[in-house]
Amino acid sequence: MKESLKTGARFSVLLILALIMLFPLVFTVSNSFMTEAEIRFNYSMEKKDTGYVNLKWIPDWVSLEQYKVLLFDRMQFLIMFWNSLLLVVPIVVGQVVVATMASFGLSQFQFRGRETLFFLYIITMLMPFQVTLVPNYLAMDWLGLLDSRAAIILPGIFSAFGVFLLRQFMIGIPRSYVEAAKIDGAGYVTIFVHIIVPMSRPGIAALVILMFVDYWNMVEQPLIFLHDAFKQPLSIYLSRINEGELGLAFAAAVLYMLPMVFVFLYAENDLIEGIQLSGVKG
Amino acid sequence: MRNIVKKIFYRETNIALLFLAPSLVGFALFYLLPFVAGFYYSLMDSPIQGSFVGLANYRELLQSDSFRLAAQNTGLFTVMGVPLVMAISLALALMLNRALPLRNWLRATYVMPLVVPVASIVLVWQLLFDRSGAVNALWTLWGGESADWMNSPWARVVVLLVYLWKTIGYNMILFLAGLQNIPKDYYEAAALDGAGPFRQLWSITLVYLTPTTFFVAIMSIISSFKVFRETYLIAGDYPHESIYFLQHYMNNMFQALDYQKLTSASFLMAVAIILVVVILFRFERKFHGSVS
Repeated sequence: MKESLKTGARFSVLLILALIMLFPLVFTVSNSFMTEAEIRFNYSMEKKDTGYVNLKWIPDWVSLEQYKVLLFDRMQFLIMFWNSLLLVVPIVVGQVVVATMASFGLSQFQFRGRETLFFLYIITMLMPFQVTLVPNYLAMDWLGLLDSRAAIILPGIFSAFGVFLLRQFMIGIPRSYVEAAKIDGAGYVTIFVHIIVPMSRPGIAALVILMFVDYWNMVEQPLIFLHDAFKQPLSIYLSRINEGELGLAFAAAVLYMLPMVFVFLYAENDLIEGIQLSGVKG
Repeated sequence: MRNIVKKIFYRETNIALLFLAPSLVGFALFYLLPFVAGFYYSLMDSPIQGSFVGLANYRELLQSDSFRLAAQNTGLFTVMGVPLVMAISLALALMLNRALPLRNWLRATYVMPLVVPVASIVLVWQLLFDRSGAVNALWTLWGGESADWMNSPWARVVVLLVYLWKTIGYNMILFLAGLQNIPKDYYEAAALDGAGPFRQLWSITLVYLTPTTFFVAIMSIISSFKVFRETYLIAGDYPHESIYFLQHYMNNMFQALDYQKLTSASFLMAVAIILVVVILFRFERKFHGSVS
């Protein structure tokens, strides 16, 4: 009896917390079905002195107006959505290839300086974007890449996070697999493609999702490296929509997170397993 | 001849380097060299055709009030936030590490903040914490005085809440995995020896979780820097002084074309980060080494 009471208490705490976690998500989705007028009426920040905003959960009229305006009346939204994809897809694909190879080298081989190299990757991964800003800016200027997507894509591909995550993951793969394959006469490329990559699937899935989310949401890089308004990604548009076009902001946010939610639902188990296995071994 | 070539080619180091090559080249070109170049620029009086001025930039930087404010805020936020988020995540992981209804659903829900776009967080944040936001509506209902949360020292707490909200789930998943890796019979043996629950937590759980804890600490430090993104979107270049972080400072120096202050500030920040990681590594080696 006492035990079940404890379980009940524990469950309630966890449930309440889960609802807090979900709050922004559910709120955004339900509000995306309101009309622009209703949103303005409830949330307009101009009422500063007269009263408070009124968080509404259920629309008075369920309406697709916001979606219609975004998808059919304005080209801008779709263009920026496309711009986001043009930046994020090459980064994620490139990073996965480069980092998987590098992590194989860092985890399944013994060589001098291995730990130091890994340490360098960790340090770099921790640096905020601003730390390497000036030299990066000058390098991009020198390479003639300013104002081009490459200025964002190239550093993204080589960012240290993927190497860190996958190395942590692959260090858990026993070396005996590689040894056994070598005895059977397999070359290193075969071992990499047919043993290491399939075994690292959850780790790679976790990397894809985490990278995708991080770069889908990027703000600083495009602001500094892409001055051309026609190349700006959706994250920039969304960060500004809150000011002027509150009435469209919720549907825009929903459309914006759809790709992430799909990726998440599709690979949720891999994501969780990938995160877990990467954190177990030292 | 062929055999020699084969031998050299198949040396472990060389193979490893071949697989590492693409990453190393890009990593050096876009991260390491810029970093070294940054240090060099921090010793000059201008990035273009400047002359060597030694540590003058650093002296000037350390005398600047806004740099000191930003460094203090960033240090304080990380030093307070990271242990807090780790403690909460561990507590949650311990709670979730037993039979519970909806266990998998709860676990997945805590990870959801990872996919919520920054912009909708910012939107909800505004609706909650603006002067005329929902928090004030509730607060005044209970007889409190309406406050401008984001323009007061409370802003720090609000940023901390957003940081917790974003980071707890990921950490909890990591801790959960670490907990499941500790053999159950360790606890049984300890219980037979008369160790209570706290003693068990201290000498078994925490000790065997060391590698996980190390990993969680690194990830939490990264996210403590990333919360700048949300803060920047909500409060702009010059937020309330309690949440003016080093990233704000560096951003503003970039806008002001003051590359000297920017490069020396970023170098100092890098040194601080490296120190923290070295200390973490030492801890990990010490505790983990004593186990295995």
